[in-house]
Amino acid sequence: MEAGQLTERVTPAMGERLRERLRRQPWLGALVVIALIFLALVAGEGLHAVAQTGVNGLSLGAIYALGAVGLTLVYGILRLVNFAHGDFLTFGAYMAYLINVTWGMPLVIGVFWAMVATALLGLLFERLLWGPMRAKRAGFLQLILMSIGLAFLLRAIIQWFWSTEIRVLDVNTTSTVEFLGLRIGQTQLVVVIVGVVVLIAVGLMLRLTLLGKRMRALSDDLELAETAGIDTRRVINYTWIFAGALAGLAGVLAAAITDLRPELGFELLLPIFAAVILGGIGDAFGALAAGMVIGVMTEWSTLVIDARWKTAVGFLVLVIVLIIRPQGIFGRAKAI
Amino acid sequence: MSLDPGTLAPLAVTFESLTDPDFWVSVGVLAGIYAIVALGLQLNTGFTGIVNFGMAAFMAIGAYTMAILVIKAGFSFWLSLPLAVGTSMLFGVLVGLPSLRLRADYFAIATLAMAEVVRLFAQNARDLTGGNQGLFCDLDNPSNCYPNAWNDLSESINDFVANFWSDPPTLLPLLLVIWITVGLATLALTYLQRSPWGRVLRAIREDEDAAQALGKNTVGFKLQSLAIAAVLGSIGGFFLALDLRTVHPLDFEPLVTFFAFSVLILGGMGSYRGVAFGAVLFWFVLEGTRFIDLPDPPFTETRIAALRLAITGLLLIGLMAFRPQGLFGKREEMVLGE
Repeated sequence: MEAGQLTERVTPAMGERLRERLRRQPWLGALVVIALIFLALVAGEGLHAVAQTGVNGLSLGAIYALGAVGLTLVYGILRLVNFAHGDFLTFGAYMAYLINVTWGMPLVIGVFWAMVATALLGLLFERLLWGPMRAKRAGFLQLILMSIGLAFLLRAIIQWFWSTEIRVLDVNTTSTVEFLGLRIGQTQLVVVIVGVVVLIAVGLMLRLTLLGKRMRALSDDLELAETAGIDTRRVINYTWIFAGALAGLAGVLAAAITDLRPELGFELLLPIFAAVILGGIGDAFGALAAGMVIGVMTEWSTLVIDARWKTAVGFLVLVIVLIIRPQGIFGRAKAI
Repeated sequence: MSLDPGTLAPLAVTFESLTDPDFWVSVGVLAGIYAIVALGLQLNTGFTGIVNFGMAAFMAIGAYTMAILVIKAGFSFWLSLPLAVGTSMLFGVLVGLPSLRLRADYFAIATLAMAEVVRLFAQNARDLTGGNQGLFCDLDNPSNCYPNAWNDLSESINDFVANFWSDPPTLLPLLLVIWITVGLATLALTYLQRSPWGRVLRAIREDEDAAQALGKNTVGFKLQSLAIAAVLGSIGGFFLALDLRTVHPLDFEPLVTFFAFSVLILGGMGSYRGVAFGAVLFWFVLEGTRFIDLPDPPFTETRIAALRLAITGLLLIGLMAFRPQGLFGKREEMVLGE
């Protein structure tokens, strides 16, 4: 009887402490879940298979993360749910195709051109659409439907010029590198390295430079930032340059490890949204980490379910996060 | 951003097909189907303030449940219809329960993801849905095809029509039934909107907290709104399945939802009567690109598809920028989520 009372007194207190801890640092909970999944998979499928799919997951995750950083910055700063972001990826991929295949130049130049062109595209629409719509104080539904219209328009333009034919970039898809007993495709390795390096650079820039600080200030409260003397227009332009360039890069990387179709970006959009929401809207670091997590989870899922279903993993994460913690694992509990 | 000077070419083309009754029947059938779907969106987005991007899923569930029950399980067509409506409604409630508590933008993303999950399921659960082949009549066993019961009815309608009009178009009965449904749904929704129930929905759209403060169970009301939209979506799905004679995952892409949104916006936010008008106008333009004989180079089939996509995109952008209330809507119905 006494022992029962004792546990009754202790357990809720411990549960309470744990819950409090999880409430303040929910990413700890996420980390534990990922570790448990990892251990379960290693036990079931062996370390080699888990590591091999994990590498695939890192390349997919790098693409999601690059797409998600731009989307989350725009979402956080401009309160714009940009459904055209996926088609920015497609646009970047076709720009690289133009340089790399049509004109036969090295892919590196294609990547640079894709980033520049997509950044310019972002600036163009800011000037043509989003700036004027903000000035008109357009409502949420107006903006969201406009971004969908823009997504269709971009896809239509790509389909007009390049048709729906499946195309590939001029990359080496056959040779592999042996590393710790893992077979890693050469292109895939380049994708992971480029993705991770760029992501770290972006992360450092957002954390350390004044521009990054200003972006975070705008994300917190645009009007207050303006009152504080920040040139919001300039910061918004930089945001679009960032979002566009990273989306362009993500598009090329996605095309390099798979192929090019006009639907390329729209199909990546929902997992990217999942990363944005899991990471907490407006939080670039959150989006980074969440993109990587979703990429790895997606590839790990192929160990237990048919690969045809792997796209569903991103949706599943999205749904679970929205139900359990819509502000994301890094987000602060604002009104959702 | 211009689409090549080739876009101007239709002006040089004859409009003969505009006198073709098949053109008008095809416009009418599609317009009617999308009017039914857009009526559901009008109830959700126009009158309740919930931005439902998952209509394609309700259509898919309606069409697939009907086709699976008839073709795979041998149910009668007439029995499969209420069962499919029920399934779609149940799905709407299941999706709505967790997601309707979310902010509007999260709800929009969640419903879009839900629609993609349904399509992914239709594509990959091959045994049940036929996968990328879709579901269609088994020619070896044509006795239990879902359009059979409909074909019989359709023929008897056309026999009757033949008394007044010799050789009516084969799709005429479908057209009639669809537009009778549109009329009934419009009347029912207009009536509901004038009821106290409809007033609560509008109150939720205007200010959910205030409606809650008045003691209304706002999530419950939103759930009912979503369930009715699911019913209308599944009815649109049946008619699409009868029109196309197959049920295929590609017919339920997210694009379908946004066709319905274009219809909705064109007709006007907050106007049930505008929906039918918007539907006819939208499909007149979109089917026009198919029926007008555009010269093959530069207008290949994929380019005409691209043109339809571009028209939809430009329509959404243009209306949202310059006339967000649509052609017949009221400006004050467009203040969502500010």
